[in-house]
Amino acid sequence: MTASTIRVLIAKPGLDGHDRGAKVIARALRDAGMEVIYTGLRQTPEMIADAALQEDVDVIGLSILSGAHGTLVPRVMLLLREKGLERVKVFVGGIIPDADIPDLKASGVAGVYGPGTPTAEVVNAIRGALGAPQPG
Amino acid sequence: MPTLTERIAAGDRRALATLISRIEKNDPEARAILGSLHARTGRAMVVGVTGAPGTGKSTLVAALARTFRRGTAGHPPRTVGIIAVDPTSPFSGGAILGDRIRMRDLAGDEGVFIRSMASRGRLGGLSHATDSTVRALDAAGFETILIETVGVGQDEVDIARQAPTVIVVESPGTGDDIQALKAGILEIADILVVNKADMPGADSTFESLCAMLGLGGGEGGGWKTPLLKTAAITGEGVDALAEAVHRHRAHLRESGEGQRRERERAEADLRDRIRERLFERWRLSGTADLAEMARRIAARECSPEEAADELLK
Repeated sequence: MTASTIRVLIAKPGLDGHDRGAKVIARALRDAGMEVIYTGLRQTPEMIADAALQEDVDVIGLSILSGAHGTLVPRVMLLLREKGLERVKVFVGGIIPDADIPDLKASGVAGVYGPGTPTAEVVNAIRGALGAPQPG
Repeated sequence: MPTLTERIAAGDRRALATLISRIEKNDPEARAILGSLHARTGRAMVVGVTGAPGTGKSTLVAALARTFRRGTAGHPPRTVGIIAVDPTSPFSGGAILGDRIRMRDLAGDEGVFIRSMASRGRLGGLSHATDSTVRALDAAGFETILIETVGVGQDEVDIARQAPTVIVVESPGTGDDIQALKAGILEIADILVVNKADMPGADSTFESLCAMLGLGGGEGGGWKTPLLKTAAITGEGVDALAEAVHRHRAHLRESGEGQRRERERAEADLRDRIRERLFERWRLSGTADLAEMARRIAARECSPEEAADELLK
C-alpha cells in the first residue's frame, strides 16, 4: 500500500489446464503485500506482453507445466524487449527439467522454481531482483 | 525525446501505463502532467458499472466493451478504456486483481486498454487514483471509459460522483425484496440491469425490481431508469444496454443534467484537493508531533478536541 507496491502479472501461457500452483503463488504474493494481476489460463505470449505493458508490472510470473517452456519463454522475452519492457523481471514456475534452466536464464529469466519451492523463497527472490527491502 | 505529456497525447500506450502508475504512487510529477492534459479531457463517455460481488460485472463490462468496439445501429465503433478495481487486503496491503480473466477475448485489440487497480485502502468501491486515471485515458483519446467498481454492498456509492452514467448490476438470487427497498445502490442507478438472465429466478428478480422502480417516481431531470435483462456470457441483451447508455448520454446533454453533474463533481473534487493541500501545508509548516498527540489522547491526558485546537494554534 506504500509508494513502492510491487505489481506482479501471473500468467499461464500455453495449453495445460492446471492453475493450482499459479493460484497458490498469487495468494502468497498478495499476502506479502504485492498487487497480483491474475490473467487465467491459456494466455498467448502476445497477450502476456500486452497485459504487462498496460498494467505496468514490475514482475511477470509464468507458470508452465506443459513442457513447452523452450518455445514460450523466449517468445515472451522477445516481445517484452520489442515493447521496451526489458526492466520487467520474469520468473518461471512449473515443471522444468534442470537441463533446461541454463537456457532459460540465458534468455533473460530471473529465476526458475519447481514444485515444492517454499513460497517465501519466491517472495524473497522477487524482492531481491527488484532491490526491495527484505523484511525480517 | 518527447515528454510524457506529448507521448500520451500521441496515443503511446506505454507512456499512458507509466502515468497511471505514477498517479497511483501520488507522484507530484503526475499531478503536473495531468494538469497539462486537462484541456484534452472531457470528451470520453464515462460509464460506471457497479453491483454486488458475483453478479457478473467483469463479464458484462467485457461484453459491453466488445459491443462499443463493434458499434450499434446509429453509433459507430468506439475505442474503449477499462478501469477494473478490486479490493486491497486490509491485512497485507496486497491484492489479487482478477478482472482480466473475464476480459480475455479483448486481448490484442489496440483500441482497448485495460488497467486493473487495487482499492488501496479507500472505501466506497473505487481507489484514490480512479478519477485521475479516467482523465488520463480520456486525454489519451479513449472514447468510452468503463469503470468497474469493487463488488459493493449497499453504501459504496462513490461511482455516482465519478461517472455521469451508472449501471447497477443485479443478478438472480442475490437478495429478496427487502434488500431492494434499502437505500443506496439502487438510487444511484441510471440504468438497472438484471444479469444472468439465463439463470433460474431471473424473472422474479426482474419483476420485483420492476415494481420498485414503478414506485420510485421520476428521477433527476426527467430520466426514468430503465430496467434491462442481460446474459453477459452469451451477449444477450448487451446491444440494448449499450443503446440505453447512449440514450442516457443524450439525455444528460439535452437536459443540462450532464453539465450540472460535471460541475458538482468538479466542486467536490476541488474540496478534496484543498483539504489535502491544506493538510500538507500545515504538516510541512510546523513540527507538530501527531504520534505524541495521539498517545496523549489515547492515555486520556487530553481530548481530541483540545488536541486539534492545540495543533492548529
